[in-house]
Amino acid sequence: MDFRIFNLGLIDFKKAWQFQKEIFKEIKNDSFNGALILCQHYPVITVGRQATTENIKVSRTELKNRGIHMYGIERGGGVTYHGPGQLIAYPVLNLNYLKKDIHFFLRQLEELAIELLSDFGIKGLRYKGLTGVWIDKSCPFLNNAYDSSEKGLDKQKIVSIGIAIRNWITFHGMSINVKKDDLDNFSLIKPCGMDIEMTSLESILHRDIEIDDIKNNLILKFRNRLNWTA
Amino acid sequence: MTKVVLPELGEGIEKATVSYWYFKEGEKVNEKDDLVELTTDKATFNLPSPCSGMLSEIFFREGDEVNIGEVLAIIEESQENRLQR
Repeated sequence: MDFRIFNLGLIDFKKAWQFQKEIFKEIKNDSFNGALILCQHYPVITVGRQATTENIKVSRTELKNRGIHMYGIERGGGVTYHGPGQLIAYPVLNLNYLKKDIHFFLRQLEELAIELLSDFGIKGLRYKGLTGVWIDKSCPFLNNAYDSSEKGLDKQKIVSIGIAIRNWITFHGMSINVKKDDLDNFSLIKPCGMDIEMTSLESILHRDIEIDDIKNNLILKFRNRLNWTA
Repeated sequence: MTKVVLPELGEGIEKATVSYWYFKEGEKVNEKDDLVELTTDKATFNLPSPCSGMLSEIFFREGDEVNIGEVLAIIEESQENRLQR
């Protein structure tokens, strides 16, 4: 499996979107089988195919005044926000060489994120019908004795997922909230069409986390998962 | 006449929602053109046209749910396409 890594750093969403499409073409032409694009974005709101205009709580003018661009894009899911405090991972993978199963792929992304969180002692959770990774606010750590995760009453979202697949090649992907300062802009939208409370690694751990420090770990987890057809 | 059928999308996936038709009824399509976009869970995916011809009938509109194996549309194959067979 010829799998390539692209680390774009802090980049405008539109440029990274274009870059994904270029990589997609190369993979479609079989130049290589898959890629993982890692980056951070300047503040931006992206509107997925399942979004409605009511999911954006402020006017376009206000977004413009705040320096936030907005793009309607071809991924699944609703509205979301991206900013410099998130690690974005766009896996562009040819599922023809892996496993042609859309939900399986989404679950693999969740598993990866849950593994990443567990390295920080955080217990990532999944809820049926709510793609993404969540934590239980009242007991976010793996070693918490009390577990109310079954009830899901106190859930906060830490990882958002939304993908597009064309000819069984994936693009778009997942965003992991890392920095605590970057969560305020989520109040401008209804993420995924719901009244969701967002959280981040820093908010849970109460210490600084550098995005660069978790990139290699995420790459390793992707590499391991690429054997998933076995 | 070629039926455009919603194929298997993975284990446990029983249906998907039509999100966008790239062509209208009566329009000419080429084999492998993106014909329709559908969504399931947090994913969108495309269905390429299985042949060249005219998109003669669409059975599911944008927003409609389609079960796996159901016929989404009919394409009347072009004559040259039939002759090539």
